[in-house]
Amino acid sequence: MELLLAIVSGVLYATGLYLMLRRRLAQLAIGLALVSHGSNVLIFTAAGVIRSRPPIVPESAAGFTAVAADPVPQSLILTAIVIGFGVLAFALVLAHRVHVSADTDDVDRILPDRL
Amino acid sequence: MLLVLPIAIPLATAILLHLLPYRPRLLQVVAFAGAAGILVSAIVILNAVIHRGTQVLQIGGWPAPFGITLVADTFSALLILMVGIVGTVVTGQSFSGVDPRRESLGYHALIHVLLMGVSGAFLTGDIFNLYVWFEVMLIASFVLMSLHRTRAQLQAAFIYVAINLLASAFLLTAIGLLYGQAGTLNFADLARAWPERRTPALDAAISALFLTAFGIKAGLFPFFFWLPVSYPTPPPAIGALFAGLLTKVGVYAMIRVFPLLFAGAGHPVYAVLLVLSPVTMVVGLIAALGQSDLRRVLSFNLVGHIGYTTVGLALRTQEALAASLLYMLHHMLVITTLFLVGGWFLRQRRTAALASLGGLVRSQPVVAALAMVPVFSLAGVPPLSGFIAKLGIIASAFASGHYWVAAIALLVSLLTLLSMARVWDEAFWKPPPPEARYGRLPATVVMPAAVLVALTLGLTIAAGPVFDLTMHAADQLLNPAEYVDAVLGGR
Repeated sequence: MELLLAIVSGVLYATGLYLMLRRRLAQLAIGLALVSHGSNVLIFTAAGVIRSRPPIVPESAAGFTAVAADPVPQSLILTAIVIGFGVLAFALVLAHRVHVSADTDDVDRILPDRL
Repeated sequence: MLLVLPIAIPLATAILLHLLPYRPRLLQVVAFAGAAGILVSAIVILNAVIHRGTQVLQIGGWPAPFGITLVADTFSALLILMVGIVGTVVTGQSFSGVDPRRESLGYHALIHVLLMGVSGAFLTGDIFNLYVWFEVMLIASFVLMSLHRTRAQLQAAFIYVAINLLASAFLLTAIGLLYGQAGTLNFADLARAWPERRTPALDAAISALFLTAFGIKAGLFPFFFWLPVSYPTPPPAIGALFAGLLTKVGVYAMIRVFPLLFAGAGHPVYAVLLVLSPVTMVVGLIAALGQSDLRRVLSFNLVGHIGYTTVGLALRTQEALAASLLYMLHHMLVITTLFLVGGWFLRQRRTAALASLGGLVRSQPVVAALAMVPVFSLAGVPPLSGFIAKLGIIASAFASGHYWVAAIALLVSLLTLLSMARVWDEAFWKPPPPEARYGRLPATVVMPAAVLVALTLGLTIAAGPVFDLTMHAADQLLNPAEYVDAVLGGR
């Protein structure tokens, strides 16, 4: 399972970065989204994948009786998803405005002037 | 409770600013008062840190590795002070007038959200919180950049947004890998756990990811190309705020995280940084010499001088790091002043192109004399603060046997002098272009920069005590045992 998720994460990064290098506004935004999904899957995988062991101590026990799932990565991912969603929404609106004002979707041609 | 103030005050101010009715003067006063509040709390925190050592706050009373921790050691406290100073000056600049379209869209509130993000990043004791504060800061800066919808500003903002989101994704990746192996996110806990649990391959991957992510945010070679495109376009006060604070957060993150995680002096990340820092200096300054617009000259100078603030970390001696920290403080004051000076010209002449400036020495000699201080302090002309910090960096590079770093630092000093002499000559000294007659700069426009000039001179005079402080800060950073004990309570 870890191997499969690691490959999924790697493919997400690779496609995301490829799209970002395509120099078109819409693909750049989609690429950003894929890269951030890739990092979410990576956090999930890196922290260990364990089937159905909730991190709750039974009332009678003093501690965990078996290895339990770690709740921290899930809260990290939740935070990262919320942030990523907000930022992506902003980036999409900005990309739309840039497209309207520059009348091109080629990232190379939207630069204000040459460096 | 004290440590939460630099975060809580701007948050409360931002909320209040959104609720208040739209009366420009009222908004300006409230925003200024909020920034002054940050400054006061920063002074109190610095005082507490100097007299009682590292201050730690466990939010909600949760003990260290499990809850949210805020920490202020000498380094953090000094930088919070700079947030207070830069914030107060930038909000003070609003009194001379803000574009009403921006003001009605929440300009003042966004400045406070940005200040909150920067303060949070400087104070947090947890690497995931560092990421979250980075995002807070970025969102505020994204919106501030694109509030006004001229074509050039929008397009520059898009470049800025895209590259910074990529940097955030790299940072998040590094944090995920780090958590997977170390099982903790608290800086102090990581400093203990990582040397035991690290594997060489993962260590290399994580250090490369951190270096890339923080390098993009700091504007280090070869990741700086977004900076000179995007910094000259926003209004001058915002440019000054970005130049003074934002890139320094990237530098701060490197100086905070690297000595904690990569403790050995022989770690490859320092070798890479030792090459990237001098290259950043040379490339930034050579590019600055080729620019014809004052704000672009300043942006490239900003990039070049980031190299001085990271080279101390790369050399890894206490003296070098202390000199770099002093340089960082000096540079935050001076580059903010210079971006504000660039704003004078935009206001008076509607352009910052060097060719169409000039004559300020004759029309307003006192104002020109004010601008002379940051211009020549950036160049490192003795006895100004830039000279003292550069001398420290060069001396410690010699002491540790890195003669070529010292040679490059000297060469870049010369290039900066050249670049600044050109700015002085073109923007202030030469006769103005014949066709134009300009109004005088009112006192409200000049005042914020004048305050910063006074502080720069103060830093020059008080360089001894401040250097002692940065020496102490460098010692705390390079020997994190005190930091770890203060956070974890000796457990």
